[in-house]
Amino acid sequence: MQAMMEKRALELLENGTVDRVLGWSAGEFPYDMTPAVFETAEELKNNFVYNDFCGANLSKYLVKESRKGGKILVFLKPCDTYSFNQLIAEHRVLRENVYVIGIECYGKADVDKLKAMGIEGITGIRTENGEYTVMTVYGDKTVKAYEAMADRCLSCKSKKHVVYDELIGEEGEVIEDCDRFDMVKKLEAMTPDERFAFWRNELSRCIRCNACRNVCPACTCEQCVFDNPNSGISQKAAVTSFEENMFHIIRAFHVAGRCTDCGECSRVCPQNIPLHLLNRKFIKDMNEFYGDYQAGEDPEKKPPLGTYTLGDREA
Amino acid sequence: MKKLSLAKLYDFFAAVAKDEALYCPVNNETGKAEYKRWSEGVELSQQLNTLRSAKDFFFPQTENLMAFKMEGKKIDVIDTREECEDFVIFGVRACDAASFDILDRVYLTDPVDSYYKNRREHGTVITRACGKPAETCFCGTFGIDAADPKGDITVWDVEDGYVFRANTEKGEALMAKHAALFEETDDKAVKAEQEKLRAIMAKLPLAGLTTEGVGEGLTKELFDRPEWASLSEACLGCGTCTFVCPTCQCYDIRDFDTGHGIQRFRCWDSCMYSDFTKMAHGNSRNSQLERFRQRFMHKLVYFPDNNNGIFGCVGCGRCLSRCPISMNIVKVMKALAKGGNK
Repeated sequence: MQAMMEKRALELLENGTVDRVLGWSAGEFPYDMTPAVFETAEELKNNFVYNDFCGANLSKYLVKESRKGGKILVFLKPCDTYSFNQLIAEHRVLRENVYVIGIECYGKADVDKLKAMGIEGITGIRTENGEYTVMTVYGDKTVKAYEAMADRCLSCKSKKHVVYDELIGEEGEVIEDCDRFDMVKKLEAMTPDERFAFWRNELSRCIRCNACRNVCPACTCEQCVFDNPNSGISQKAAVTSFEENMFHIIRAFHVAGRCTDCGECSRVCPQNIPLHLLNRKFIKDMNEFYGDYQAGEDPEKKPPLGTYTLGDREA
Repeated sequence: MKKLSLAKLYDFFAAVAKDEALYCPVNNETGKAEYKRWSEGVELSQQLNTLRSAKDFFFPQTENLMAFKMEGKKIDVIDTREECEDFVIFGVRACDAASFDILDRVYLTDPVDSYYKNRREHGTVITRACGKPAETCFCGTFGIDAADPKGDITVWDVEDGYVFRANTEKGEALMAKHAALFEETDDKAVKAEQEKLRAIMAKLPLAGLTTEGVGEGLTKELFDRPEWASLSEACLGCGTCTFVCPTCQCYDIRDFDTGHGIQRFRCWDSCMYSDFTKMAHGNSRNSQLERFRQRFMHKLVYFPDNNNGIFGCVGCGRCLSRCPISMNIVKVMKALAKGGNK
């Protein structure tokens, strides 16, 4: 996959179709790639990497990158294309300045899952036949790839790219029977007190690093109300823990109807708070109240919270 | 040196916890280790380190500094400080123990931070030598020996128990108090453990990382280096690195209107945030590049400048494993060292 992507990026860079390439650059270890913009063939050849640990959704970077002049190539996984489409719908990304290459995806790996198996001191990872052979200073260990798959990928909603200029690899299908609402249903089945306790406990771990907000492709306000000292509610850390919890609830409300369920919030949370469950609850409710709607699927489609019909539940 | 048999670890915990609060790393519901107050039945985590650092004990994320009570035109200033209770932290690794020295340099030099000092004086630190260091570890780069951590007491896991060594008066007092649990031992088993651990440390991928190209007196050379642009390019501007960092020490002071008074509190701040050090004139660092550069210049240049060459990083590796986009101090150090000859 990496070789095909690099080859195509080089071609498009050299024939002038694009001026820059947004991908991942090699890290210190086999799993710590950083999103990076490549401007020359040399940079691409030296540093471009793509593997199962390239989990970051690159679409949000395009808010800035598509305004820098010239055309930028971006590699998007199926779930990332929903975010991209949503950003197009919200006029946050300039579509004409972006060349999208959709890349097939069979699920991304989460290095924390390897670490949870007690695998430390990682020096290399070989991927073969659905297995990772992890080389460590304590010896090698082989694990099934699905055992290290990121949680969000285990309940993948779609392997289909909703937007692209060209594809590398196989196109997949929308996965209708994915079980992404299972945990939401469990929470719904709780009593309000139990649910309150569940969230108070989960959110009690929040360190207010804002990673969830800053990575979220639906959070593209130029200045967040929580960062604005003039807003009266700016918080670096709240005085009370309840106020702290409100940050997440307000954020979930703000992205309701626009969240594509890309799962970046939970991926980046250093404290493993299942933030995506708040968003999924909204998605599930909207599906039930206004009919099935998937944000980002079709930028022309009117969002349920942005339209009013006499058939609406609250009408 | 004194030895505690495997079976007596929790007896020791119970004895300590009888007199004062005892904290140790415990696996939480997500499987990650965090410091929790120990009580009967709580199991000590065997993980390499806690997700958050141990700095919270002395420099908590938020704390009230004082309060103001208003009645008409009268304002009462209320000192909310209270003498901290004695507490013991067990299981601090060498990196985090070294971070206390760094924090001390900031908070215990004039003007002394009485809030910090209060906690520091009442805390006893029991360190524990590492068992299975990770690829993200690089404490050796800053001269820290994972096999011989500092602290009031140092503990080594040996085959059939734990070997304790008191390093300070505080540590000696604590061990003397519970002397009945210990037996005398020599340093043979510890030496063997240390040798084993040092051999592993030497094999880790970051074993060869040096501070070449960064350090005291290099502001002019490093401030305008072109590498900052690409290094900071993908930074989300979140505070993850800062908040999991054992040495990040910046804070903000804010007032909270309680409706009938003011609570003045301080909370951790992050130089990655857009409103960091925002003053009446505006913000001194308007781009993420400048904010990103500040974090690393502080640890690698400004801090050494003001502290006899001592770096503001202890190589714990938390930012390496937690940064959402996998950018970190090691990548910065390597990029700056590599481009140094330009």
